[in-house]
Amino acid sequence: MSTPPPDTELEQLELDLFVEALKRRHGHDFSQYARASLMRRVRQLVHDHHCSSISALTAQLLHEPDFVIQVVQGLSVPVSEMFRDPAVFRALREQVLPILASYPQINIWQAGCAHGQEAYSLAILLEEEGLYERSHIFATDFNPDALQRAREGIYPAKDAQQWSRNYLEAGGSLSLASYYSARYDFIRLHERLRRNITFANHNLVVDKVFCEAHLVLCRNVLIYFSNPLQNRTLTLFRDSLVRGGHLCLGLRETLDFAPVAVDFTAVDPKLRLYRRSSQPTSGNRDESP
Amino acid sequence: MNRPEAIAIGCSMGGFDALKILLAALDPRLPQVVLVCCHTAGNVEAMCELLASHSTLPVVEARERGPASGNTVHVAPGGYHLLLEHDRHFALSVDERVCFSRPSIDVLFESAADVYHAALIGVVLTGANRDGADGLVQIRSRGGIAVIQTPTSAKAAAMPQAALDTAGTDYCLPLEEIAPLLNRLCLT
Ligand SMILES: C[S@@+](CC[C@H](N)C(=O)[O-])C[C@H]1O[C@@H](n2cnc3c(N)ncnc32)[C@H](O)[C@@H]1O
Repeated sequence: MSTPPPDTELEQLELDLFVEALKRRHGHDFSQYARASLMRRVRQLVHDHHCSSISALTAQLLHEPDFVIQVVQGLSVPVSEMFRDPAVFRALREQVLPILASYPQINIWQAGCAHGQEAYSLAILLEEEGLYERSHIFATDFNPDALQRAREGIYPAKDAQQWSRNYLEAGGSLSLASYYSARYDFIRLHERLRRNITFANHNLVVDKVFCEAHLVLCRNVLIYFSNPLQNRTLTLFRDSLVRGGHLCLGLRETLDFAPVAVDFTAVDPKLRLYRRSSQPTSGNRDESP
Repeated sequence: MNRPEAIAIGCSMGGFDALKILLAALDPRLPQVVLVCCHTAGNVEAMCELLASHSTLPVVEARERGPASGNTVHVAPGGYHLLLEHDRHFALSVDERVCFSRPSIDVLFESAADVYHAALIGVVLTGANRDGADGLVQIRSRGGIAVIQTPTSAKAAAMPQAALDTAGTDYCLPLEEIAPLLNRLCLT
């Protein structure tokens, strides 16, 4: 075994140039993503597209107009489940929905929706608690392909078993199967579930607040962001939330390094469930003039 | 040769019992960062507590964005890949499973190798899959040291065997001899 040691510094430089090319040529800004994961995704792209190096990938990105679509798909990680972490969905059902019930119209922003699994999970919760008619779920992502699949609501049948268990653990009183029809190797969620969901393209790095939300659910998205971008995105959520509105993050995410955390109070810290404080906010609102 | 700054340990089937033995025999003065990726269906927080009662070093679940501090064992949380940033803080990801596993040993090893280069020891213990083999290749290609539990002494031989076949190794030892070796490599 005498492969020469890979020049890690050179590879870091190549990653910088790739990120710069993606930003300047295509307007996608990954410069504030956490580096280790980004490097891993980019290496994966290099491998999948049979490139000899990150620089070769960058060249393709610069010269082949449509290649960027595949690159963004490779950098986005649309991995999700229905009712992932059932205890969280149980808490949403038992603790949060009763509070949301006091609003005449309920707006939920589900950011980083991947293939829609969590948006549909929320729709089922709201349906079962009798709130869905006056609710609207804005499910956003920056990956157009993921959004298209989310709209279709078709998933591999092999995933349904785990999701059915999750659903029951989350306090579901029926069977998940009552919300889908099974065809061969796939399940298709009932179209009815989608009636109050809007799947829309929204990039957390550049796009602004677009609704007044009573609940923001953004799980396992900020883990891919550097500390400054995490803080900026949390500021966006704060500004979107009504006072007292709920924020739900992924089970292993921390607010410890985000200054804007002072504007949230923990409802259930283990489940990463927070509320926007009712006091006036600390810093400036969103940068927009 | 530079003194190692970190030890990354991967294990799967039979891993919990192996870790108990290994961590109990580490020198409590080790200044290195110890990283552990152990495939388990169970609760990692509970596992850390149990391991802590055997270990000479504190055992904690690695915390998102938290520092990879020395003289401490950091265990990858369940359901997430554990990675290291260049500023030696942890990052998590829910990228696809690797070798059917999340956390994956390959992911941890590769990212630790990016940060520590030659100052890293990779350890592959018992397990019934091939996770860790490719990661160990990455560690070795950057000049890091590979330690593999002898497959015949492992509860499940497949994982150390795959690591041996794929990456080769600097040391291949029965479990009981691994901690003494690490102490020697890390303190002298
Ligand atoms: C790992 S998935 C999380 C899915 C789901 N929330 C869950 O926890 O199961 C991360 C999602 O965040 C999306 N994402 C990443 N960066 C984004 C950005 N800047 N704006 C919007 N969505 C983004 C990805 O496309 C991907 O679908």
